Amino acid sequence: MSELVEGLYRLGDPISDHATPDVDITKMWPEKQFTNKLVNPANRRKLSVIIVGTGLAGASAAATMGQDGYNVKVFCYQDSTRRAHSIAAQGGINAAKNYNDDGDSVYRLFYDTVKGGDYRSRESNVYRLADVSTKIIDQCVAQGVPFAREYGGLLDNRSFGGVQVARTFYAAGQTGQQLLIGAYQAMERQVQAGTVQEFTRHEMLELVIVDGRARGIVARDMTTGEIKTHLADAVVLATGGYGNVFFLSTNAMGCNATATWRAHRKGALFGNPCYTQIHPTCIPVSGDYQSKLTLMSESLRNDGRIWVPKRREDADKDPRDIPEEDRDYYLERIYPSFGNLVPRDIASRQAKNVCDEGRGVGPLVGDFRRGVYLDFADAMARLSKDQVKAKYGNLFDMYERITGESPYEVPMRIYPAVHYTMGGLWVDYDLRTTIPGLYAIGEANFSDHGANRLGASSLMQCLADGYFVLPNTIRDYLAEGPFDKVTDDAPEVVEARAQVEDRLQKLLAIQGERSVDSFHKELGHIMWEYCGMERSDEGLRKAIGLIRGLREEFWRNVRVLGSADTLNQSLEKAGRVADFLELGELMCIDALHRRESCGGHFRVESQTEDGEALRHDDEFAYVANWEFTGIDETGALVPTLHKEELVYKFIELKQRSYK
Amino acid sequence: MATNTLPAAERTSKAGTTLFLKTLMAVSGVVFVLFVAAHMAGNLKVLQGERSFNTYAEHIRTIGEPILPYAGLLWILRVGLIVSLVAHVASAAILAARASKARPQKYQVKKNPASTPSSRTMRWGGLALLLFVIFHLLQFTAPKMNFGDGQTGNPYQLLVGSFEIWWITLIYFAAMVALGLHLHHGVWSAAQTLGLTSTPKSRRIAKTAGAVVGLVISIGFILPPLLVQFDVIN
Amino acid sequence: MNLTLKIWRQDGPDVAGELVTYPISDVSPEMSFLEMLDVLNEQLIEQGVEPVAFDSDCREGICGMCGLMISGEAHGPEVTTTCQLHMRSFTDGDTITIEPWRAEAFPVVRDLVVDRSAFDRIIQSGGYISVNTGAAPEAHSTPVPKENADRAFEAAKCIGCGACVAACPNASAMLFVGAKIRHLGEMPQGQPERDARVVSMVNQHDHEGFGGCTNIGECAGACPKEIPLDVISTLNSDFRRAKRHS
Ligand SMILES: Cc1cc2nc3c(=O)[nH]c(=O)nc-3n(C[C@H](O)[C@H](O)[C@H](O)COP(=O)(O)OP(=O)(O)OC[C@H]3O[C@@H](n4cnc5c(N)ncnc54)[C@H](O)[C@@H]3O)c2cc1C
Ligand code: HEM
Ligand code: HEM
Ligand code: SF4
Ligand code: F3S
Ligand code: FES
Repeated sequence: MSELVEGLYRLGDPISDHATPDVDITKMWPEKQFTNKLVNPANRRKLSVIIVGTGLAGASAAATMGQDGYNVKVFCYQDSTRRAHSIAAQGGINAAKNYNDDGDSVYRLFYDTVKGGDYRSRESNVYRLADVSTKIIDQCVAQGVPFAREYGGLLDNRSFGGVQVARTFYAAGQTGQQLLIGAYQAMERQVQAGTVQEFTRHEMLELVIVDGRARGIVARDMTTGEIKTHLADAVVLATGGYGNVFFLSTNAMGCNATATWRAHRKGALFGNPCYTQIHPTCIPVSGDYQSKLTLMSESLRNDGRIWVPKRREDADKDPRDIPEEDRDYYLERIYPSFGNLVPRDIASRQAKNVCDEGRGVGPLVGDFRRGVYLDFADAMARLSKDQVKAKYGNLFDMYERITGESPYEVPMRIYPAVHYTMGGLWVDYDLRTTIPGLYAIGEANFSDHGANRLGASSLMQCLADGYFVLPNTIRDYLAEGPFDKVTDDAPEVVEARAQVEDRLQKLLAIQGERSVDSFHKELGHIMWEYCGMERSDEGLRKAIGLIRGLREEFWRNVRVLGSADTLNQSLEKAGRVADFLELGELMCIDALHRRESCGGHFRVESQTEDGEALRHDDEFAYVANWEFTGIDETGALVPTLHKEELVYKFIELKQRSYK
Repeated sequence: MATNTLPAAERTSKAGTTLFLKTLMAVSGVVFVLFVAAHMAGNLKVLQGERSFNTYAEHIRTIGEPILPYAGLLWILRVGLIVSLVAHVASAAILAARASKARPQKYQVKKNPASTPSSRTMRWGGLALLLFVIFHLLQFTAPKMNFGDGQTGNPYQLLVGSFEIWWITLIYFAAMVALGLHLHHGVWSAAQTLGLTSTPKSRRIAKTAGAVVGLVISIGFILPPLLVQFDVIN
Repeated sequence: MNLTLKIWRQDGPDVAGELVTYPISDVSPEMSFLEMLDVLNEQLIEQGVEPVAFDSDCREGICGMCGLMISGEAHGPEVTTTCQLHMRSFTDGDTITIEPWRAEAFPVVRDLVVDRSAFDRIIQSGGYISVNTGAAPEAHSTPVPKENADRAFEAAKCIGCGACVAACPNASAMLFVGAKIRHLGEMPQGQPERDARVVSMVNQHDHEGFGGCTNIGECAGACPKEIPLDVISTLNSDFRRAKRHS
């Protein structure tokens, strides 16, 4: 085995993506669809696929694979497949339709996404994403998704952070809900047709690997506690992101990394774990009982203006009493051409900067006021109150419900919060992980967004993966099948099951002093403090030590009441937090090793003179893929790093500038 | 090979869908509304005096003669009413049974902030109306149990005689309150069931109509008995 | 503020449950209702009592997972979801009774958690537009008048929470079904299956054991997404239209 680097990880062999066809970028996807093997319709019935997750990625994949005639089993932890967290997406979905003739094109969407991702994504995947984006809109409209329309009956578009064209399709402030309901309905149709079987309130707790191939999962029926194995010819993970490692995030309470982490532990490489996106427009924290943070859609930045007082003394004044000349519209000042629409990472960091200078607003939390104003006074003067209401009414209502203040009267207060994780399981052009037969789609994979995701691009990626990409790539693998039959009593299956049962019993047996949530909150605190918006060598090292200590305490001192054979929400949480405690450490190790700033990853040691992120393309233009190689006797994670070099053939590497 | 959607299996339970029952209830309810409206208008002829009222009572029996036999139209009407009554009561009973099966475990605390009392008392109100109609028929149609001192053969006198008795008037008064409430919800409800209220505006109109019909009919009915009771008519 | 909570505790689907009283103090008005229950649960765990099971996920009023009967009102006294209800809607000293949704078609799983899979089966019976992936025409080939699009959207806001059923004295799910009928029936794409859809969905609704609607209107009052009562009228007229056509 190779030497430990910095005492933390080992360097393994580089890997590369062999699945991308070696042709011009515009021809790659057609080429791939052609060369991938086909499965004879009569054989599809004999093949089975497990899809874990019913968000946009999972539901769309299940609907399509079901329609193609495979036997599909889908799993989710909610009580209905319609409730996956994709439902919460507010702002919209991008597509290069160029309906406004404002210069948009597949190539521009491709370019914007690569640039927005700070040149840390794989060109071939991103180009394909941009290419299929237009079909997504056609598909959704045909399903009856009620997108916003103009009076002429045609679809309306808005613009979003990081781009200068209007290519975002939306349905008021609930685009995610409408798209998910569309995909859900398409999937329910297949349930009726008998091709898809749903397992709701089922949590995947382990991956089953037989002869080196992913062949199933071990899942717990959350209502009865029954542990069951489900076997199939291929497994697809569509389990979303891991932002909840921070405890407070815009993710749903149940979002977790268990499925991907278990796969990682069984050999799937984890790509770029440290890339997290902090969203600039969330409602600030109001107290320590807070269970989650609520996002105010980024679309608000289209019409709202962000400012803080020029002077600290004005911080607790009524914002309406602060005259124009005493306000600092800092984004418009620093980035004149993008103004309030700069990408999220930049908007977030600048908000942190002004608050750190003591110019934040809202209640004092600790020593600082953590909030900036998002002001609609101008918009209301320019449009009418009714027009503002039509556009943002539900967001304003939500804000008022939570804070008790009306944004029609006083400016909103916003602050950045953890929102999205660009990292995830490494996949090749076929969306296949490093385990044969195991695929990852949607937010669960690392693929398309590099170091920073542009607004409205995740929904696009999830649906591209699920409707159009996966069904066309997985067939190349399934064509090799049906694989040898695996039964419940195969040794690998029995072992996977036993592992799950042991772990649950272990958690219940500890009977310590502290609740699961208290560990989760403490972990979140460490992550936000040291692996959040700004990361430093010193802070990350400290965090790694703290997390190891916390993990050790967790397995000694957690208190999980009740039993494993009923609905037991503490037990569910305990398993998730146990995995977060390992993932958190890996995120810090990844953040520590990447001594550059890029996208959502900002290292204080790597910035320009005026405080902008500074990339080091010569050293770090690669995807950092981590292999799980165990936890050593001191309780430390000792992962192995496999780099995938990023080669830019079609877009020139440049420092991003939004000035 | 793409799978095609299979049609959903037919799953109509024996008593028909709830929507079928609802439609029966609405249609029979509308028949009732038309009947009570006409009946009320007829009753108001009492105000014009004995002759006028008795002529009217006779007239409804001779309409259509000689094509129809004596009281022929009345019989057609009666058959219609009986059929409606059976349909109305039967569907009400089935729906009520289903509703109680649909929630076997009741709430310990339940508030109903969004609905009118009349909507929630349809079943009790309907039952009260049923009892009332039975009593009413015994009194005025057959066997014409005469509580007062008017002549049974003379409709005007029968009526005036009855309502000189205070407790009969009281029963009628209570019944008309029940009728008013039943109609207040019933008229809008029938419109909704018949699918006529698919916009906020038409919904408002139907609700107003319910209130107006309920008030007009119950007041119109109770006027003659009250006038008799207070000796304006005798 | 200090409150008295009376919470329905039930260990499993087949055992009897009861209301148990828990006092709770120092509740901040800025807390959400579910955060208040989180705090209670932390206290229970400390005392060695199993925490109260309740559903929630997004906690921003969109997934439809949460849902409690709060002192006799579905989702509590405001027009919103349980997760978006804040403690400033209550006053110091209040007694709050918390029960699960009650309906034959929504059996209790544990404590305040119920099984709403009946809704999924209603959608399965026809709550979709049959279009295969890849078979869709160009999006702009079917314009939808804004008015229809808006009406469809208004109904499509339904989050499937089940509050309508919980609030309805008949435990009817007609508002939920009506919302879907309106959403899909209002658009040109939804026309080919319009008749079949309404008939199968209504049949499935009855089959699941929901009660019949008698137009009481509690459902629309409890609906956090303000689905209007007139979707039920649309459902009725579509149903009759379908019967005429068959
Ligand atoms: C508040 C908010 C607003 C957003 N707004 C936008 C936007 O406007 N535009 C945009 O493009 N993107 C937006 N995003 C990002 C986007 O919504 C998500 O990235 C995307 O929806 C993820 O979809 P998914 O299908 O990958 O996973 P999810 O929708 O998160 O689904 C995960 C699924 O996996 C299941 N699951 C997870 N773990 C397990 C397990 N162990 N066992 C069984 N099942 C499991 C869950 O039940 C669920 O069904 C937003 C995100 C948030 C949080
Ligand atoms: C004779 C005994 C009666 C009984 C037992 C009865 C009972 C009921 C019940 C239980 C309902 C259903 C409640 C609902 O759907 O909201 C109902 C509805 C209705 N009733 Fe009656 N009722 C009776 C008489 C009448 C009379 C005399 C009239 C008219 C004057 C009438 C008019 C209506 C109307 C219009 C409806 C509404 C139908 C609908 O909901 O679509 N009913 N009745
Ligand atoms: C104060 C109010 C009422 C008065 C004074 C009144 C009076 C009468 C009289 C005098 C008759 C006999 C008519 C005849 O046979 O020539 C009659 C018949 C009848 N009334 Fe009323 N009525 C009243 C209210 C109602 C109401 C509210 C209903 C129904 C809900 C009703 C239903 C009937 C019916 C069904 C008949 C029998 C008609 C027939 O078949 O002969 N009445 N009423
Ligand atoms: S109609 Fe309203 S109350 Fe009923 S499920 Fe939908 S959102 Fe919930
Ligand atoms: S409350 Fe119930 S009766 Fe109908 S109108 Fe609503 S479903
Ligand atoms: S938890 Fe999602 S709506 Fe309340």
